[in-house]
Amino acid sequence: MRLLKHKTTIDFLGVTRRKIALLISMLFIITSIVSLFTHEQPLEFGIDFTGGILLEVGYPETANLETIRNNLADAGFDDAQVQRFGADTDVLVRLPPQDRNPDELREELRTTVAAGTSGVELRRVEFVSPQVGKELTERGGLAMIIALLLIFVYVMVRFQWKFAAGAVAALVHDVIVTVGFFSIFRFPFDLTVVAAVLAVIGYSLNDTVVAFDRIRENFFKLRGATAEEAMNTSINEMLARTLITGVTTLLVLVALLLLGGESIAPFSIALIVGIVVGTYSSIYTASATALLLGVNAQDLLEPVKDPDLIDDLP
Amino acid sequence: MNRYPTWLNALVLVILLTGVLFALPNIYGSAPAVQLADVDAKALSEAQLDSYLRTLQNDGITPEAAFIKDDRAVIRFNSVEEQQRAGEQLRARYGSEANVALTLAPRLPAWVRSLGLNPMSLGLDLRGGVYVLLEVDMTTAIENRMRSYEQDIDDRLREARIRHRVELRDGIITVRLTSAEDIGQARRIVAEADPDLLIGDGADGRSLNVRMTETQIKERQDFAIEQNMTTLRNRVDQLGVAEPLVQRQGVDRIVVQLPGVQDPTELEKILTATATLEFRLVDQAGDLPGSRRYMGRDDEPSQMLKREVIASGDEIIDASSGFDQDGQPAVHITLDSAGGERMLATTRDNVGNLMSTVFIEWREETVQRGGVAEKRKVKTEEIINSATIRGVFKNRFQITGLTPLEARDLAVLLRAGALAAPVYKVDERTIGPSLGQDNIDRGFLAIQIGFLAVIIFMAAYYRWFGMIANLALLSNLVFIVAVLSMLGASLTLPGIAGIVLTVGMAVDANVLIFERIREEIRDGASPQAAINSGYEKALSSIADANITTLIAAVVLLALGTGPIKGFAITLMIGILTSMFTAIVGTRSIVNLVFGGRKITSVPV
Repeated sequence: MRLLKHKTTIDFLGVTRRKIALLISMLFIITSIVSLFTHEQPLEFGIDFTGGILLEVGYPETANLETIRNNLADAGFDDAQVQRFGADTDVLVRLPPQDRNPDELREELRTTVAAGTSGVELRRVEFVSPQVGKELTERGGLAMIIALLLIFVYVMVRFQWKFAAGAVAALVHDVIVTVGFFSIFRFPFDLTVVAAVLAVIGYSLNDTVVAFDRIRENFFKLRGATAEEAMNTSINEMLARTLITGVTTLLVLVALLLLGGESIAPFSIALIVGIVVGTYSSIYTASATALLLGVNAQDLLEPVKDPDLIDDLP
Repeated sequence: MNRYPTWLNALVLVILLTGVLFALPNIYGSAPAVQLADVDAKALSEAQLDSYLRTLQNDGITPEAAFIKDDRAVIRFNSVEEQQRAGEQLRARYGSEANVALTLAPRLPAWVRSLGLNPMSLGLDLRGGVYVLLEVDMTTAIENRMRSYEQDIDDRLREARIRHRVELRDGIITVRLTSAEDIGQARRIVAEADPDLLIGDGADGRSLNVRMTETQIKERQDFAIEQNMTTLRNRVDQLGVAEPLVQRQGVDRIVVQLPGVQDPTELEKILTATATLEFRLVDQAGDLPGSRRYMGRDDEPSQMLKREVIASGDEIIDASSGFDQDGQPAVHITLDSAGGERMLATTRDNVGNLMSTVFIEWREETVQRGGVAEKRKVKTEEIINSATIRGVFKNRFQITGLTPLEARDLAVLLRAGALAAPVYKVDERTIGPSLGQDNIDRGFLAIQIGFLAVIIFMAAYYRWFGMIANLALLSNLVFIVAVLSMLGASLTLPGIAGIVLTVGMAVDANVLIFERIREEIRDGASPQAAINSGYEKALSSIADANITTLIAAVVLLALGTGPIKGFAITLMIGILTSMFTAIVGTRSIVNLVFGGRKITSVPV
C-alpha cells in the first residue's frame, strides 16, 4: 500500500510558497500572542498553577448545576466555579484558595455538595497552595528553555548552527501556536499540558532532524543542485515517512482523547495540535529558516574534516 | 548477506525472554489482602504468621495465600468480605503488636514470588489514596542550630571569664565584649565551639559576628529533611497504611503518599506533630531545686530529673544499635559538637549516675470551649530510657543495659522519633477509589485501541515487514512494562499517556527503515542489498531523532514534578527500548526470514 505516488516533486520551498507559509505562520503566531496578552487570564490555568481547591463529585443521577451553585453560595462559597466533567453525573467544583481551617473546610464542602441528594461520591479532592503553582510555572518555563538550549547545541554539533537555528525556530513556533491554541479556545491548561508541550518539542524535532539528515545527505549527493533544490528533494523523499509517522501517532492520540477520560483530554488535545503544527513547521519553519540564513553544502563540509563528529554516532 | 551471527540472535532472544519474565508479574492482577507489620519495624517470623492463620482458621476464614515479604506478613483473600472480616479479627487480636492494614496484593503464584519479581505499582491516581506535600520549616531548623551555638558560645566565654553579651538576630550571633583587649581570646574561644563557623570582626573593634557557612547551612538543611523523612515514615507505618511512600522533593519539601487512605484529617495531625528528645540527669535524691518528676513510657519507671538539659534531639547526628566492648547490646549515639561539649562536661562530674532520655511531643488538639473550636498545642514528656553513665564521653556515646531488641527500638526512636524542624502542609490531594479504577479502565482501553489501530495500519501498509514491525511494537510494550516493574516505578495516568505516545512514535524507526528500503528498491538495488542498506542508511536518522526526543524527556524528568515525572519516565524508557526492538529486534527477524537466500521481491 502507498499513501503517495512513487515520487512526489512538490515544490515545498518555492519562493511564493515560502512567502505564503511565512504569512500563515506569522498569522498563527500573532493570533496566539494577541490571545495570550489580551485575555485577562492568558490561559485557563488549572489549580496546579493557580492554587485553590478542586472537587470532583459523582452524583447518582444527572446533577443540577444551578442547585449546587446555589448551595455553595449559601454556604459562603460564592466564588465557586461549577461545571460538568465528562458525564452528566460528574461535576467539577473549583474554588480559589480559602482562609478557613482546612479540616472544617473539607467537611463543609463535603456536606454542601452532597446537600439534598444521597449517594454522592467525592471522587477527587485537591487542596493546592498558590505558592506551589508559582514554582511550577517557573519550573515549566525553565524546563522549556533548557530543553531548547540543549537541542540547539545538539543540532549544532551534529549539523551546523544554521540548521540549529532553523530547528529551534520551528520549536518556538510549535510551542507558541500550541499554547496559543489553548488560550484561544480556553481549554484547561494544567501540568499534563506542559508535559505534552515538551513532548511536542521532542516530536517536532524528531521530524526536523530526520529531514535535516536527508538534506545533509543530498547536499553531498546532488552536487550541482542549489540549496533550495536539494532541500526540496529531501522533503519530498521524506514526505511518506513524515505522513505515516504522523498518522500512527495521531491514531493513538485520538484513541487517548476519545477513550482516556476527561482528565487526560487536555493532554491529548495539546499533543494532537502540536503534532499537526510540528509536522508543518519541520517542513516550512525549520527548512525555510535554514534557507533564509543562507545554508549551503559548504556549511556541512566543514565537520567532515573532523570525522569523529560525524562518526561518533551510528 | 543479511545474516545475524547465532550469538546475536541468541542474545536478542535472551533479552526478549528476560523482558517477558520481568513483565510477567503484571498479568496476574491483584487480590484483597491484609498486611501485618511489626509495630517496631522488626521482622515478622513464620511462627507469627502461623498464629495469625490459626486465628483466621478458628473464625472460619480461609486465606487464598499467606507469606512473609519484606519482614511483613501478607495474607491474601478471595473476596473483600473475607478480607474485611480477617482485618477486624487480626486487629482485635494482634493490634498491639502489629500494624494491620487492608490492601491489594498482587496475585502472584509462589514461583514468581520466589524469584523476587514484582509487578509495577500503581500511582495514586490509579488506585486512590491521599497525597500530602509537606514543607519543612528550614528557618526554624537553622535558627534552632544557631540558638544552640549561641548558648554554647555564651557558656564558653563565661567559663573563660570574659565579660560579654551575646545576641542572636537574623541568623547572626553578635558577641559584644566589654573590653576590646579580649577580642583575640574571644575569637579563639568561639572557634573552639566549631572551627567551621565564620567569625567576622564588628565595626566597633570589640565585637564579633558569628555565622554558619553555606556548607554548614546546607548540611543542616539536609539533616533536617532526612531526619524528618525518617520520622514521617515511622509515623506513617503506625497508621497501618500498606506501601506508603515518603520522598524528598526539592530543597525543603517532603511528599507523603498513602494508597487506600480516604480521610486525610487524621493523617495530617499525625504527620505534622512535632516531637523532640532531651537528655537529662536523674536527680537521685530528688531534692534539687527545679527537679521535676517525669513519667516513663510503657514499663519504664518514672524519675525525678534535673532541670538542666544536657543535649536535645536536634543535636543528635546519628543513632544506631549494636554492641559495646563487653558484648552488651548498646545504642550508639552521635551528637554534634555543641551537644558533645555539654555531654563531656556533664559526664566528667557524674560517672555512676543515671541519665534519662526524655521523649517530648507537641500535638495539636482542637478543644471545644464555649461552643467554639479552639486549637492548642499539648505537650507530652516521657522517659523512654534511663541508663548508668559508665565513663566520661563527648559527642559519641552509648546507652547500655538494654536487651538487643530494646537497643534496636531505641535507636529507631532516636533516629526517627523527632522532627528536626516543624513541617507545614502545602498540598493535599485525595483520589477516590472509583476514580482510580475508572482511570485504569480508560487508560488501558486507550492503549488497546490505539495499539490495535497502529497494528492494523502497519500490516496494511507494509505487509510482511509491517507484521514484523508489529512484533517489535508488541515486544516494546512488554519491555516498557518490564523496565517499570524492575525499577519499582509506579505507573500513573500520565505514565499511561507516555506509553500511548511511545507506541505511536516507536513505529517511526521502522517507517524510516522501510521507506528507505522502498527507495533503494526504486533506485534498482537487489532485494537483499535494499534490505541491508535500508537498515544501514536509516540508522543515523533514527539515532538523531531519538536522541533529541530523549533530551526533551530527560529535561522533563529532571525539572518536572509529580505527573510530569511519570510521563517522562515512561517516555524515556519507551524511547530506549523502542530503539532496540525497532532496529535490532526487527532486523533479527528480517534476517531469519529473508536473509541468506534468494528472494525476488521484498514484501515491504
